[in-house]
Amino acid sequence: MSGVRVLVGTKKGAFILTADGKRKSWQVEGPHFAGWELYHLKGSPADPNRIYASQTSGWFGQVIERSDDGGKTWEAVGNQFAYEGVPGTHQWYDGSPHPWEFKRVWHLEPSLDDPDTVYAGIEDAAIFKSTDGGKTWKELPGLRGHGSGSQWMPGAGGMGLHTILLDPKNKDRMHIAISAAGVFRTDDAGKTWRPMNRGLNSQFLPNPAAEVGHCVHRIAMHPSKPNTLFMQKHWDVMRSDDGGENWTEVSGNLPTDFGFPIDVHAHDPETIYVVPIKSDSEHYPPEGKLRVYRSKSGGNEWEALTKGLPQENCYVNILRDAMAVDAMDPCGVYFGTTGGQVYASPDGGDSWAPIVRDLPAVLSVEVQTLR
Amino acid sequence: MIRVVLPAPLRRLAKIDGEVSLDVVAPVTQRTILDALELRYPALVGTTRDHVTAKRRPFMRFFACGLDLSDDPPDAAVPEAVARGEEPYLIVGAIAGG
Repeated sequence: MSGVRVLVGTKKGAFILTADGKRKSWQVEGPHFAGWELYHLKGSPADPNRIYASQTSGWFGQVIERSDDGGKTWEAVGNQFAYEGVPGTHQWYDGSPHPWEFKRVWHLEPSLDDPDTVYAGIEDAAIFKSTDGGKTWKELPGLRGHGSGSQWMPGAGGMGLHTILLDPKNKDRMHIAISAAGVFRTDDAGKTWRPMNRGLNSQFLPNPAAEVGHCVHRIAMHPSKPNTLFMQKHWDVMRSDDGGENWTEVSGNLPTDFGFPIDVHAHDPETIYVVPIKSDSEHYPPEGKLRVYRSKSGGNEWEALTKGLPQENCYVNILRDAMAVDAMDPCGVYFGTTGGQVYASPDGGDSWAPIVRDLPAVLSVEVQTLR
Repeated sequence: MIRVVLPAPLRRLAKIDGEVSLDVVAPVTQRTILDALELRYPALVGTTRDHVTAKRRPFMRFFACGLDLSDDPPDAAVPEAVARGEEPYLIVGAIAGG
C-alpha cells in the first residue's frame, strides 16, 4: 500500500512519521539518536529503505548513521571528513583569514540512481562524496578550491553548504548553495565549479552585486524542469530559467521576502512555497501569524495559506531544510518549526494540521513517498 | 584487562551494554586504551578525540582513581590500579551546553 514516511531531524534526536496515502492518521516513532542534533536525514531515491542521517554533538562531534531497513535499525558508518590537501583559509567574520575547519554535516543528498553514492554538504563549506554507502568520504576539492574560496565568509549560523541539487537530466550537473557565499554549479560531476549569482543583490555587501558573498538560504528545483531554479535568499525570493546563470526577483506581494525554506509542488513546476519571516533579526512570522505563501505562477503573485495554521501569537521559525513535498496526488506539503511542530497539508497547501506538536526544535524535514 | 566506562550516548552509538573490558598491550597509556577501544568499536572513532590530531575533543574528560587525566600527556602511563584492571578508566562528557 502506498504511503509516506516523513524524516524529521531535531535538536535532540530524529523522529519518523508514517501515514498511508490519505495522510490523515499518523504514527510517530522516536526519538532515534536521543540527545544528538540531527541536522538532516534523507532517503535514497533508488532504494527507499536506505536512509542516511547526520547526527552531531558538541561533546562527541560528527557521526553518520545509515539504515537499510527504512529506519528500523541503524549503523554508524564513516565520519571522517578531511579536506583535500592543505586546507588554507577563508574569511572570518572580521575579515581576517581563518583556517578551514570541519564542524558538521549540514545536508546529505543521496544519488538519484545508486543507493551507495551520497553527497555531504559540510561546515566549513565543502562538498564530500561517498561511493560505498557512507563508509568513506572524499572531498570534491574543486569547489573550495574555486578562486573565490579564500573570500567566503560565514553567515551568522556558520559557513555551511546546505543545499545540493542533482540534475536528473544531466548526471554531470549539480547546483550547491553556501551561506554566505552563494550558488555554485558544476557541469563536470564536481571537478570544477562556477559561481551562479548574477542578478542577486545583497545590501550587506560592499558591492551588492558581487560575484560571491550572497547569503543564499535555500534553492529548489522541479525534476521535470532542472533549468528553472527557485531561491529564498537572506532577503528576496528569486528565480532562474537558465540553470542559475541569471536570477530575477519574484518576491512580488509577499508580506516580507525574508525566510529560509523554499520548495516546489511535486506535480506543477510553477507552483512554489515559502514561509515569510519578519526579518533577519526577528526570526518569526510577521504579525504572529504562521502563513505559508504559495505562488502558482512561479513567483510574483502569492497567496497566503492559513487554514489550520496558528493565526495569533505564533513566534516560531522554519529553518532552511525543514520543508518538503511528497509525490502523492494531491501533493502533500510538510514543514517543521523551531517550536517542535510538524505541519502537514495533504492538499497542496489548502489546509494544514499538525502531525506532532511538541518535538524538540525541528532542524530538517524530508519526505519519502512509498509505492 | 582494562576496564572502560563510557557515557550513555557513546554506549548507545557503539551498541555497548555496561562496562567495556579491553586487552591493552603494555605500556598502558591513554593513547593505547583509546586505540584499543576504537579498534574494538569503530563507531567510536572521532567521538572522544579528533580524527587527525588525536587530541581530546574539547568537551570530553578522562578520569581514573579520582584523578582528572584529561590534560595528561597521552603517552604517559595511567595509574597502576587502572593498568591492573582494579579501577575503571572513565570517559565523561563535560558539563556543557543544553
